[in-house]
Amino acid sequence: MIEFISQAWPWYVSGPMIALVMFLLLWAGGNFGVSGNLRTICAMGGAGKHVSFFNYHWKGQLWNLVFIIGAIGGGFIASNFLSDPAELQISQATVQDLAGLGITFNGGLAPEHLFSWQSLTSLPGFLVLVLGGFLVGFGARWAGGCTSGHAISGLSNLQIPSLIAVVGFFIGGLLMTHVLFPIIF
Amino acid sequence: MKLLKYLLIGVLFGIVMTKSEAISWYRMQEMFRFQSIHMYGIIGSALAIGVLMIQWMKRSQFRNVEGDVVVFNDKKRSIARYLFGGTIFGLGWALSGACPGPMFTLLGNGFSVFIVVIFSAVVGTLVYGMLRNVLPH
Repeated sequence: MIEFISQAWPWYVSGPMIALVMFLLLWAGGNFGVSGNLRTICAMGGAGKHVSFFNYHWKGQLWNLVFIIGAIGGGFIASNFLSDPAELQISQATVQDLAGLGITFNGGLAPEHLFSWQSLTSLPGFLVLVLGGFLVGFGARWAGGCTSGHAISGLSNLQIPSLIAVVGFFIGGLLMTHVLFPIIF
Repeated sequence: MKLLKYLLIGVLFGIVMTKSEAISWYRMQEMFRFQSIHMYGIIGSALAIGVLMIQWMKRSQFRNVEGDVVVFNDKKRSIARYLFGGTIFGLGWALSGACPGPMFTLLGNGFSVFIVVIFSAVVGTLVYGMLRNVLPH
């Protein structure tokens, strides 16, 4: 059983499992939207005293913070007890495209030279970690949600605004990948 | 006890995100280069089930564990905030290879530098809050 779970999961197992997570959150009285936690963290830190956007009853969102702390634990459990020693099976075309940008595929989850503490001292590493994070936080709140809130929850509820947001996600993602990556790397 | 449920659901979410490889920077590149079905299959199959699930919940007046009928509010109609905000989000998503859920899961996977990514995302949220009144919505 453990060996079976430890293999990389195919998409047709992973997708339904994400739907299950959404169901469990709705059943528990919450909803599926991770980026709201970033606003809660601002509010917890006292940002509400200066900016009205953060002046709300954030304690009502504690359940979501607990959920995301659980997700850190889930990542720990999966990497320590359910890990698959095999390399990631990503497309050969992607490996070649990235090699063209000077990024080698190491078989792991992410390129080490961009995702280590040392990489903060290089310009590409700094952009990936600091600018990347900033844009995700800024954009998610402007759009009113991220992948979970719009692409999964919103589209599941057939919301046109979520469809517009997801189109935006892809405009940004394609622009970054095909136009800006050759400049950054 | 109420919060324990969310902790356990979160653990499940972290395991799903890790085993699905949806937290991988390489998988995001594969997606934005249209070179694999993997991420589209994950999002598509989650959606196919999600659409049916929410229709069923609405029609059956599904009650959560607290006994309340689950309400699904329609999002406010607008284009600017979703399109512009979404595009900014997408730029960051492709660059860092992580949306908010995976950022936290990657921490658990031993990528401690994601503290920096999460901190930057919090700063991004803070700056949005400060500029909110001058941005189109």
